[in-house]
Amino acid sequence: MTLVDVRTPDPKRLIPGATGDWEVIIGMEVHAQVLSSSKLFSGASTEFGKAPNANVSLVDAAMPGMLPVINEECVKQAVRTGLGLKAEINHRSIFDRKNYFYPDLPQGYQISQFKDPIVGEGKIVISLGPDRQGHFEDIEIGIERLHLEQDAGKSMHDQHPTMSYVDLNRSGVALMEIVSKPDMRSSDEAKAYMTKLRSIVRYLGTCDGNMDEGSMRADVNVSVRRPGEPFGTRCEIKNVNSIRFIGQAIEYEARRQIGILEDGGVIDQETRLFDPGKGETRSMRSKEDAHDYRYFPDPDLLPLEFDNEFVGRLLADLPELPDDKKTRFVKDLGLSVYDASVLVSEKAIADYYEVVAAGRDGKIAANWVINDLLGALNKDGKAIEETPVSPAQLGGIIDLIKDGTISGKIAKDLFEIVWNEGGDPAAIVEARGMKQVTDTGAIEKAVDEIIAANPEQVEKVKAKPALAGWFVGQVMKATGGKANPQAVQTLVKTKLGIDE
Amino acid sequence: MTDLTRLTIAEAREKLAAREITAVELTDAYLAAIDSANASLNAYVAPTPEKAREMAKASDARIAAGKAGALEGIPLGIKDLFATEGVHTQACSHILDGFEPRYESTVTQNLWNDGAVMLGKLNMDEFAMGSSNETSYYGPVRNPWRAAGSDADLVAGGSSGGSAAAVAAFLCAGATATDTGGSIRQPAAYTGTVGIKPTYGRCSRWGIVAYASSLDQAGPIARDVRDAAILLKSMASVDEKDTTSVDLPVPDYEAAIGQSIRGMKIGIPKEYRLDGMPEEIEALWRQGIAWLKEAGAEIVDISLPHTTYALPTYYIISPAEASSNLARYDGVRYGLRVDGDDIVDMYEKTRAAGFGMEVKRRILIGTYVLSAGYYDAYYVRAQKVRTLIKRDFDLAFAAGVDAILTPATPSSAFAIADEALAADPVKMYLNDIFTVTVNMAGLPGISVPAGLDGKGLPLGLQLIGRPFGEETLFRTAHVIEQAAGRFSPAKWW
Repeated sequence: MTLVDVRTPDPKRLIPGATGDWEVIIGMEVHAQVLSSSKLFSGASTEFGKAPNANVSLVDAAMPGMLPVINEECVKQAVRTGLGLKAEINHRSIFDRKNYFYPDLPQGYQISQFKDPIVGEGKIVISLGPDRQGHFEDIEIGIERLHLEQDAGKSMHDQHPTMSYVDLNRSGVALMEIVSKPDMRSSDEAKAYMTKLRSIVRYLGTCDGNMDEGSMRADVNVSVRRPGEPFGTRCEIKNVNSIRFIGQAIEYEARRQIGILEDGGVIDQETRLFDPGKGETRSMRSKEDAHDYRYFPDPDLLPLEFDNEFVGRLLADLPELPDDKKTRFVKDLGLSVYDASVLVSEKAIADYYEVVAAGRDGKIAANWVINDLLGALNKDGKAIEETPVSPAQLGGIIDLIKDGTISGKIAKDLFEIVWNEGGDPAAIVEARGMKQVTDTGAIEKAVDEIIAANPEQVEKVKAKPALAGWFVGQVMKATGGKANPQAVQTLVKTKLGIDE
Repeated sequence: MTDLTRLTIAEAREKLAAREITAVELTDAYLAAIDSANASLNAYVAPTPEKAREMAKASDARIAAGKAGALEGIPLGIKDLFATEGVHTQACSHILDGFEPRYESTVTQNLWNDGAVMLGKLNMDEFAMGSSNETSYYGPVRNPWRAAGSDADLVAGGSSGGSAAAVAAFLCAGATATDTGGSIRQPAAYTGTVGIKPTYGRCSRWGIVAYASSLDQAGPIARDVRDAAILLKSMASVDEKDTTSVDLPVPDYEAAIGQSIRGMKIGIPKEYRLDGMPEEIEALWRQGIAWLKEAGAEIVDISLPHTTYALPTYYIISPAEASSNLARYDGVRYGLRVDGDDIVDMYEKTRAAGFGMEVKRRILIGTYVLSAGYYDAYYVRAQKVRTLIKRDFDLAFAAGVDAILTPATPSSAFAIADEALAADPVKMYLNDIFTVTVNMAGLPGISVPAGLDGKGLPLGLQLIGRPFGEETLFRTAHVIEQAAGRFSPAKWW
């Protein structure tokens, strides 16, 4: 792969060193476990959390004479992902063997794709911001390729004093390796890239994106250079398994490399590990220790070939992706870019929002989802999937405001009740007498009383009509918040003789 | 009563159907023959008499019930490369010590589905790597043939030496074998038996211990052409577990036997006329040409210009694949384990003890040709040459050639522990000079006995066909068989 520099050094991304500014260059190889019920080349289940070696077929255990058979669903998932990355789909790709010895690699080789991957060049647009002016910066990060490969099993070193055990449940599970171009220039960009990539595969349903279960992990390539100079020597930080750690690892690694270079040293090309406990990277193996994997085409598998029609059918069934959804939210529903970005950040949030917004005012729905629902979820440390308030319930609350049954203020109380106790919002309002008073007679009485009791305020308002709000507040207070604020406002103004 | 082991499969099939003999009687006759002969010939590494009798009994029951399969009650020997459920399956290697799979290879399952009876597992070169059956962990097979007036032990060829010897010595009615560079055809030629390597993809490779996946193909070794046709019909199938198997209907190969070859075009490749080839081989080839001409075939001279590169190319591609295929024998999950200080030490000790010299040699060659810096010079170029070899054949067939006639081997069987061959592995590799091209091109090839040399040892001719042209090969080989007669060794064991 030829490395092409597509970015212009941006002063606000540079890292100041003792001897001047430095630019960090980042590329990522992300391993994403394909969502499929069986493994890439065997019929064994991929279910997570089973007893060790419960999901192992004869093929996965590399018994003599066993042969791999490609799982079509995994191929479809890879193509879907490629389409989601706006990438070139290769109608003919080849599986190769990557040879090395390890106890959790029963065949003695990993079936992967080396020279001819299933997906070629594509791109991801990441969005940084908003800045103080509320602006977002969109940056295109190139995708070099995506290929399919087998995952390895797991060695367990804590089961026996002198021996290691091997669990082959993961052995042969399909992975997509998604390789970016070296287009990222800050840890924030790298985190945004990973976040966006995770969001895309989740939208597509091709990977669950659960980094804590190991469904997604990143190898992060980091190098530094003086702005304008050619790429420096890179180090690869292996298997980083959270977005936060990606940021920390890059920050540490860039500083480490800058330190070495500023002291007149050189960077050794090596593979490093990130230690989240210490927040630092440490050397795993140098380039000299690198394996010679002896790649060659797997003679057990014919080249993987499919036609335009196969790709066309997958494309036709592709779900709406976050970028398209964001554009639609802004254009059709009138949301701000910020609100739309928040809502599409996770597919589950966007799905929730769309149910609430259906047949309702999009902006009002967005405000409720972002400020009230996400705020409450955030406070309780809950994910959207765990929300106690369903989209139908939230929609019900919004409807009650719309038809004037409750005021916006009461609605907040109602939301809290539904959050804590559940139940149908309309029924709760009915049962607890939360309906707002729309009977103008009753409101008029309250307005008259307040005006009569506060002659000084009446004088003030006459001089400065904007102070009418004080009367509205007093009336609302007197009616326990149940009076229709619109009606109160109108009556107050009429009684005080203020023109609309 | 006549010796039941002398019956061909076709003959035994009739007698079983007519209830003249029972499958148990037939099986017992073979078990007795194995019992008395195996110490001398070493053809079987694991006879399975109990299983054989049990299967024969079941066959008799099916015959009685009128539910006989195509091979009902026919006792067969199985090359140790085929996985047989619950039975010794070690590819005649020390590294698979004690391995008894919990699965049955597709080819053997096809045979059992048709009612065949398993007599046991047959000797072979370790992991099918060898041309003399001398690399077997279980020692060499002795050829039932001996030179006239000599009692020197000869090799039965390889790698399917056990299969060929067992068929020639009447220790089974027929045998399964595999062929990666000549491992069916060369031992068949050395033992006066018929062996066919079908088109790549005709038989499933599932459950066959892999040597070189892009070249390996199963086929039968039998007493005559008809028996080979009967066996291949049962062995062949498309298999969803082997995506390189081909979804084409399996024809009734037996029906091709006896059909005329009049008007058929037989190609004679000039590149197979080697410098220093024994006159006996030349004469045999001429004789074969004469027989086919007499039967009405048209003989045409053809050129397969890349033949000369076939052997070196084969010895790049097959070890490359083998070096990877044999990586799974690491002592971790099954077979031999020699404990070590750590995992790497265990790997090294296990593989050092478990693999024989020839296997190690090929793993080293294969590892070398796939290594960074050598891959393009060796493996990639070899694959290009392979394409050219295949194109040579394509052009010949496109020009109207129906089959190609060549000698099967450059000589008759040689002595066990031949010093010159032991000293120079390349000399041993030359045994496959006429057969490897066929594997490289994925074509079908049959070896049929055509005569005896001056020492009284059998020699074979090879017919090479178009892809899936097995019927043409059976038809043509049968003409040679009719003209040449059949050959059996004098019993000394």
